[in-house]
Amino acid sequence: MKWDEFFVTGEPMIYAADICIVLASLAIIIGLTYFKKWGYLWREWLTTVDHKKIGVMYIISALLMLFRGGVDALLMRTQLAMPNMTLLNAQHYNEIFTTHGVIMILFMAMPFIIGLMNVVVPLQIGARDVAFPRLNAVSFWLFFAGAMLFNISFVIGGSPDAGWSAYFPLASKEFSPSVGNNYYSLALQISGIGTLMTGVNFVVTILKMRAPGMTLMKMPMFTWSILITSVIIMFAFPVLTIALLLMMFDRLFGTQFFTMTNGGMDMLWANLFWVWGHPEVYIVILPAFGIYSEIISTFAKKNLYGYKSMVVSMVAISLLSFLVWAHHFYTMGMGVVGNGFFSIATMAISVPTGVKLFNWLFTLYKGRIEFTTPMLYALAFIPSFTIGGVTGVMLAIASADYQYHNTMFLVAHFHYVLIPGTVFAVIAGMHFWFPKIFGFRLNERIGKIAFWFIAISFQVAFMPLFFLGLNGMTRRMYTYSPETGFGPLNMIATIGAFGLAIGFIFLVYNIYYSFRYSPRDTTGDPWDGRSLEWATHSPVPEYNFAIIPTVDKLDAFWFAKQDKKSLFEGKKIEEIHMPNNTGGPFVLGVVFFFLGFFLVFSWWIPAIISGVVVLILLAMRSFERDHGHHIHVEEIVETEQKLRGDNA
Amino acid sequence: MKHDTSLALEYRTEENENRILGFWLFLGAEIVLFSTLFTVFFTLSHRYGNGPTPHELFELKGVLWETFLLLTSSFTCGLAIHSMRLGLKKPMMTFFIITMLFGLGFLGVEVTEFITYVHDGATIQTSAFLSSLFTLLGTHGAHVTFGLLWGTAIMIQVKKYGIDEATANKSFIFSLYWHFLDVVWIFIFSFVYLKGLM
Repeated sequence: MKWDEFFVTGEPMIYAADICIVLASLAIIIGLTYFKKWGYLWREWLTTVDHKKIGVMYIISALLMLFRGGVDALLMRTQLAMPNMTLLNAQHYNEIFTTHGVIMILFMAMPFIIGLMNVVVPLQIGARDVAFPRLNAVSFWLFFAGAMLFNISFVIGGSPDAGWSAYFPLASKEFSPSVGNNYYSLALQISGIGTLMTGVNFVVTILKMRAPGMTLMKMPMFTWSILITSVIIMFAFPVLTIALLLMMFDRLFGTQFFTMTNGGMDMLWANLFWVWGHPEVYIVILPAFGIYSEIISTFAKKNLYGYKSMVVSMVAISLLSFLVWAHHFYTMGMGVVGNGFFSIATMAISVPTGVKLFNWLFTLYKGRIEFTTPMLYALAFIPSFTIGGVTGVMLAIASADYQYHNTMFLVAHFHYVLIPGTVFAVIAGMHFWFPKIFGFRLNERIGKIAFWFIAISFQVAFMPLFFLGLNGMTRRMYTYSPETGFGPLNMIATIGAFGLAIGFIFLVYNIYYSFRYSPRDTTGDPWDGRSLEWATHSPVPEYNFAIIPTVDKLDAFWFAKQDKKSLFEGKKIEEIHMPNNTGGPFVLGVVFFFLGFFLVFSWWIPAIISGVVVLILLAMRSFERDHGHHIHVEEIVETEQKLRGDNA
Repeated sequence: MKHDTSLALEYRTEENENRILGFWLFLGAEIVLFSTLFTVFFTLSHRYGNGPTPHELFELKGVLWETFLLLTSSFTCGLAIHSMRLGLKKPMMTFFIITMLFGLGFLGVEVTEFITYVHDGATIQTSAFLSSLFTLLGTHGAHVTFGLLWGTAIMIQVKKYGIDEATANKSFIFSLYWHFLDVVWIFIFSFVYLKGLM
């Protein structure tokens, strides 16, 4: 392989990106050396097993990936702003819509949610950490290795270009000869293994580590949503593991799974992909429902309406989510019975979802609503998501789908579900729990400016796509002629996309601004919250709770405040057992990155060596006898006094 | 830390209990993983292309040996855990060693079988049927191989530290894994080989 096949060449934008990558890397290295922060970085972050810090690292990665995926989106929207634009050629456009999809779903939405659940769930259930803190760090570093592997593809070797769903035979070696789809199969595989372990970790955490008295039906709704999500992860992700494995075999070893000859079956890929892919949609939306439930109930100052029906409907959605995958390809020719079944199953999902929407509305009804930034996102979610849901039911009608299939109407539909659903939720959740992590709130004024930019621009960017789709504009077309008449609506959509970008710039600026100027919160409960995470200090000490709270009802913290009681009564501070930090997970992530990279290029000997190193690392872990450490009572008392501001 | 001496040694601390539940859940995910592989196999099992059919390929003798070796190893693995519960280190080690040897024997027969297939011109690239066959068997075989490495590592630890809460917990979890591989093999034996020979 020559160097000009290894590096992507011949595209000015890629050269500019190369320069930016080199400069940014140099800036990070010089900065860390100049400020003598290498040790701090290693001790406090790279080796941490603290669920709060791991959560923060997930969220930072997700914000970076939001930027990457957002730039992809802006490039696409600029290319489509007017007829016959030449900013991107067809190949480049293919690569960009592929990476936009993969990054936004798997490396932005997922880690943002996993980050929030890492920070919040152990606090909400009154635990000191997750069940397997070290495995949690492994999950993060595998996700990060996968994300980095996927991101370097556009400068080294070439990006995948067969769409985020990578349908065969297009994604096969024959029709996509570049290494792009090797990156796809390996990067997703590595981060997917991390996600699977997160699922197992959180099911055990939630089932086994709840505070005394917190029965399942007294858990906060966010924790419920994460329990159900984790179960879906456990059942959906192994399917992706196999699908990606077979894809890798087809591309690297010449097997015949999805080929057109020797008995291969290309539609098998589509089926496997969506058997994972549709539950995946609910993996990113159910936690969002959980976040909105918390926010709406907190800022309406009312308990959540229909708690039991909320739980039942989430369970129903999780079951149905495994029965609808074929609605992604009604047009493949399944026949009437197949299409009919999947059509009805899909429409059935709108029932539990509708139950949830009405529950939120009834929670708002006669509430004393506070219009904080997180609440604004929650309120914008309800009508926008309803549009997404209703158009989803339209798409579910198999016979009508022949008209909408693979048009901009579909693109508009899933952005209406994913942006007000997931993206608004994670932003709202970030604003809501930010003071818990860092000890101060994000500035409300800048937060609201960002909100209005985002909420309005979203409608401007995606509403026109419904009409473009109905007019016949298909998705993934890289340009169009003036005669189609698609020009004006596309221009409006592009303006909306840039408005969204401005909103996100305000959002990031707000984090910087608030770090410098926001007043510090000393109460630990700045929003007058309802669940246990607000019962401890902000920022949360390493051990979360000096004394594990005792709970007797839902929203116990809220009622304790009303009754002027304490959740910690009658218990003394005792020695706390905590896990030790370790560099193992980070090293494992690095080795997995190289293993993936070597496999992408079929460099067998380095790949085998990396694989052996992985086994050695696992063996070293097995032989290690690490019993963690104990925090002594005096130390806890001292920390608690300092956090209360007793002897400042 | 909770420390309940009424429980079996491997369950005694809260962390150990969590580990066992976590591993059961992981096995649930493994069941989904193998179910997917079986589904792929059933979907492609009649798509021979220009390659051989199962009738031309399979020979019952090797498969019966594999089945005998793996099922027996599962039994001896159970005996090893039984000895562990009784606190008998030496029988535990002996049964573990027998388990490992039988596992190694299984792997030996499987590898010989693969070599014969390839000799007969049936490679993973020949047809969709063979791709799915090799992948299903290979994934199971890779699990057995990993199990051998893992089991050996645990045996060394039992030898070094004796039977304590940590090693008992690890051995017990390993036994769950080993029995699981046996269950998968029963499905492979019935639905791949016997059905293929019918």
